[in-house]
Amino acid sequence: MKKVFKLEDLDCANCAAKMENAIGKLPGVQSVTVSFLTRKMSLEAEDERFDEVLQAAVRCIAKVEPDCRVILK
Amino acid sequence: MSDLTRRQKKTLFRILAAAVLLGAAALLPLPGVWKALAYAVPYLVIGYDVLGSAARNIGRGQVFDEKFLMALATLGAFAIGEYPEAAAVMLFYQIGELFESIAVGRSRKSIAALMDIRPDSATVLREGGECSVEPEEVAPGETIVIRPGERIPLDGIVLEGAGSVDTAALTGESMPVDVFEGDRVISGSINLTGLLKVRTESAYAESTVARILELVENSAEKKAKVESFITRFARWYTPVVVTGALLLALVPPLFVGSWGDWIERALIFLVVSCPCALVVSVPLSFFGGIGGASRQGILIKGANDLETLSKVETVCFDKTGTLTEGRFAVEAVHPREISPEELLEIAAAAESYSSHPVAQSILQAFEGEIDKSRIAGVEELAGRGLRAEVDGETYYVGNAGLMAQIGAEFHDCHLLGTIIHVAHGSEYLGHIVINDRLKEDAADAIRALKALGVARTVMLSGDKAAVAENVASRLGIDRCLPELLPAQKVEQVEALLAEGGKLAYVGDGINDAPVLTRADVGIAMGALGSDAAIESADVVLMDDRPSRLPLAVKIARKTMRIVRENIAFALGVKLIILLLGALGIANMWFAVFGDVGVLVLAILNAMRAMRAAE
Repeated sequence: MKKVFKLEDLDCANCAAKMENAIGKLPGVQSVTVSFLTRKMSLEAEDERFDEVLQAAVRCIAKVEPDCRVILK
Repeated sequence: MSDLTRRQKKTLFRILAAAVLLGAAALLPLPGVWKALAYAVPYLVIGYDVLGSAARNIGRGQVFDEKFLMALATLGAFAIGEYPEAAAVMLFYQIGELFESIAVGRSRKSIAALMDIRPDSATVLREGGECSVEPEEVAPGETIVIRPGERIPLDGIVLEGAGSVDTAALTGESMPVDVFEGDRVISGSINLTGLLKVRTESAYAESTVARILELVENSAEKKAKVESFITRFARWYTPVVVTGALLLALVPPLFVGSWGDWIERALIFLVVSCPCALVVSVPLSFFGGIGGASRQGILIKGANDLETLSKVETVCFDKTGTLTEGRFAVEAVHPREISPEELLEIAAAAESYSSHPVAQSILQAFEGEIDKSRIAGVEELAGRGLRAEVDGETYYVGNAGLMAQIGAEFHDCHLLGTIIHVAHGSEYLGHIVINDRLKEDAADAIRALKALGVARTVMLSGDKAAVAENVASRLGIDRCLPELLPAQKVEQVEALLAEGGKLAYVGDGINDAPVLTRADVGIAMGALGSDAAIESADVVLMDDRPSRLPLAVKIARKTMRIVRENIAFALGVKLIILLLGALGIANMWFAVFGDVGVLVLAILNAMRAMRAAE
């Protein structure tokens, strides 16, 4: 399953690259892109583990840039 | 100024305040500790948030964070007594951040504006009345009403009304298109005049506008090679430079002493340790290039496709529908004895009952009305043509075989194409040449591609060799591969791919999807409203003008040039500053330029990519 999330207040390009790198290493992640320009993360993970992976990704993002919020729809 | 966000305004105010305070500190003749305190005020005004997040980052072990490094560098400068430098580095750092934030916000906005084709609502006819709903709520087969000035929310067929439609936001073509009953209208275009009632063909999610928006928004996901390279590089760059700083601060003083001097050199390393200029400007250039291209009706699906497009050496074209109109039209009328108009009238009258494309093209060329009462009878002569009784006379209209059969003294034409001979009884009247017409700008497009240095152009066609070669030579195409079945087109493209160099294949995207996917870059043309084409191609030209192709290559190349310029510039300046810094030639002020100055210049350069099409 692949889903796209908005990242509010993602303000640093290097942070976006760091997030992408960190999330990419999480177990269960099939692919991830964090785009600084569109302020979007597209996350692809196994269906049954998706929510768990997403939570881990959100923690990763908070660690890199505490001001940045993931809009979970 | 008014379009700054609150956060940006606040930063701007702090920058101004800190600049004034810094100026004041520099002018006041204060001794020792007082001087340090005077500089600490602007330093804290401008840097308190950086110091704050640096402190938090140490807690989380993020030592390669740019804010942490900036805080370390400036506090270090304070420690060794370089107060003005410390405050100034922080000030410039914030100026750079603000500039980056404004510039990126601008590009985001202008690209959003380019892509402002999303319809807000649809007026749908339900139970006899009109009601306004979200485009997503309209089902296929419903009737929607579009008033002048409104954006067409869904693809559909005009049931009632006529008007002109502006497709500029989709195709880049500023000339409005006239639509009448039975014509197809495309979502995202604007109805300029007249009230249109349209029967919808598909749900919003499958409509042209939704597909285009999705495609442009996702283009940032497909990263170019050079982009991944920069990301990898950035991951190494900061730790390496920081390690360098550490070594510089600790190792040489053990041998030569003068700790302060070496620490200053190490701080210079820290100031230029952020790869920001690269990490921002490279994706920003691609974003701008793709956005600028989409304004011209050229949709590039990803940065990787733009990169490939810029390197294309071979361009293969499908013939019919790509270089030619895909419609038959009368090219020449060569009568004997009678006038061209008379010859055309006879042929048109004889063919007036036929629905064959050739007959249609003759009728279209004649332009007048045929009084069908003049025609007493028509007999189809399968594979040859027909015999018609017009005004009580017998005429034969057909191919060379027919002329030979009736014993008319016909002759072939020097022109290639479908030749329709006309005879009155057995008396030869002349012939009409019918051809699939070349697109007006096809020859220009080929010339422009060659001028851009594209090494070879190839035309693939299912048509007969004589016809295909004629088209190829008229357009100046290097190589012609005629009489190919669809599967053979794939084989030919594979053979061409094996010869090396990046290959682009341009087709209509409808029946050449396998070839489009096989090419390095598949380009679908005239794709407005064709889902299959948008799916299978890497680059989609919204209208059917071949001249968009050289433009696409130009935009891709200009974007790549900007990317390379930024990489060379940012890396070059940083390396020079690192080198000069290590040798003790560069000072803190150099380093600030290496960080902020390079960032600002790289962003300004990247923003040119958006205007690459002009």
